[in-house]
Amino acid sequence: MKVLVTVKEVAEVDDEVEISGLDVAEGSLEYDLNEWDDYAVEEAVQISESNDGVEVVTVTIGPERADETVRMALAKGADRAIRVWDEALEGAQFLDIGTKADIIAAVAEAEDPDLILSGVQASDDSNGATGVALAERLGFEWAAVVNDLELDAEAGVASVHRELEGGIEELTDVELPAVLTIQTGINEPRYASLRGIRQAQRKPLDTESLDDVGLDASVTDSPVERTSMYEPESESDAVVWDGSADETAGELAELLREKGVVEG
Amino acid sequence: MTVLAVAEHRRGDLRDVSFELVTAGRELAADLETDLAVAVIAGDVERFAEELNREGVDTIYAVGNGEEFNHGIYMGAIEGLCAELDPTALLLPNSVNGLDYAPAVAGALDLPLVTDVSGIECGETVEVVREQYGGKVETTYEIDSERYALTLRAAEWPPAEPAGDAMIEAFQADVDEDALGTTVKGFEEVGSGDVDITDADVLVSVGRGIGEEENVPLVEELADALGATLSSSRPIVDNGWLPQNRQVGQSGKVVTPDVYIAVGISGAVQHVAGMKGADTIVAINSDPNAPIYDIADYGIVDDLFEVVPRLIEAFGGQAPEV
Repeated sequence: MKVLVTVKEVAEVDDEVEISGLDVAEGSLEYDLNEWDDYAVEEAVQISESNDGVEVVTVTIGPERADETVRMALAKGADRAIRVWDEALEGAQFLDIGTKADIIAAVAEAEDPDLILSGVQASDDSNGATGVALAERLGFEWAAVVNDLELDAEAGVASVHRELEGGIEELTDVELPAVLTIQTGINEPRYASLRGIRQAQRKPLDTESLDDVGLDASVTDSPVERTSMYEPESESDAVVWDGSADETAGELAELLREKGVVEG
Repeated sequence: MTVLAVAEHRRGDLRDVSFELVTAGRELAADLETDLAVAVIAGDVERFAEELNREGVDTIYAVGNGEEFNHGIYMGAIEGLCAELDPTALLLPNSVNGLDYAPAVAGALDLPLVTDVSGIECGETVEVVREQYGGKVETTYEIDSERYALTLRAAEWPPAEPAGDAMIEAFQADVDEDALGTTVKGFEEVGSGDVDITDADVLVSVGRGIGEEENVPLVEELADALGATLSSSRPIVDNGWLPQNRQVGQSGKVVTPDVYIAVGISGAVQHVAGMKGADTIVAINSDPNAPIYDIADYGIVDDLFEVVPRLIEAFGGQAPEV
């Protein structure tokens, strides 16, 4: 059995965000594995640990810089990694949902996995759509926002909980092959061990161009164009107390007493 | 040409976002000088259609296939309706279920898709607004296409109120319900337990800013000192530091206490959805740009580890060493 995990490296934006043109300025950014993908990697590794003969392959769209993040997924237990990048992707203004789904679908068609795990969303774009778009392109089944997964590999069924709004979970059986988008909290992502980090250096990490995966630059064509990026205007009309922590805590204590809050 | 909005319901009730989609759809249809059609799929669609009959809706399609949400049925129904209506704009909810079918529908119909849209400007082309990087930036996108699909963020448009005079039409989707690849087995309510945070008059809520599990007792002590109930934002529950019944937000509980004190909570939209109804909101967060301050009534922009111990002491408690 093969499990493909989509892994994205995302920029962590500080409290003070700096915008340059149509994107956040690169200089000040730190990069990390997308939080949702961390849970997806963990889920895939757990599947490989509790079943025989499971290979976990990660797929990433991103520049060379992302290799560090990809190696982290390998250090956590993925077996092999693929990263797609080339000049056409580098030159694109941004990659829309369809473009990303097309590229990952091209990789998935070559890899032929039984199961694809993808984060619910990436913390940068917050599209929340690539996994389901990918399933449609592959003709796979899917389930979005999964926070519990039991796999019956022999029967070819994934029994999942989908986390709906308001503390309700939907219990659903999904036929494989399928794409599941993984919600945070489904497991406890491990930290990479030193041994894992050493081993990751020797695991295969293939870099492929669009041409290598059977696509060309036209995959980046999109009718959707980013036209601006800006910091949202603060709608705050909060009373913000100034002063030392003694003073501000005192102000708040006074307010709470006015509101009828008393010693518990 | 038409605008087609798809309603959402769950376990017998239309969800609020359905009426917000009607408002957004009505505005967009007016800009495009076209009709607004609303589709409601599965379950008691005749009753839902009556409820959705609000001002500005021209036609409501009641699609009687299936009982609860299933993306296979929704896809079949929407593809069938699109074949008939050829809508310019397909408006879908940016909900958990909306995101379970919107990307697939857009793919199957070859429509550009923009998700989590919070504003629509219609000129010669359509331009939409959305947030990125956890609400730290807003972006606008121009969609240069004759047809497109958007998922709309909840609570950005007011719900459509007055009754309308729409035509209600029954529609049958061409879907083989026995051949669906996903089967919904049932539902489960989570987060019940000893404490019901929705009952509390005063909530002290802890978020990611607390840093480490061993610091949580500091906020717990504050709740105790105030005679309040302890709640939290999502990351605290994801980390297993507090049980699920303490979680405030879109996927947790919706709370409406008299006083809500957010400690180290940035105020992501999913969290705000669960607590914006509180009478008085107080934020303690060192980031002055945190979105929590957009809805807070009072704030202390300072290190919570400086402020919280002093507040505990002001109410006669003793701050634990963390």
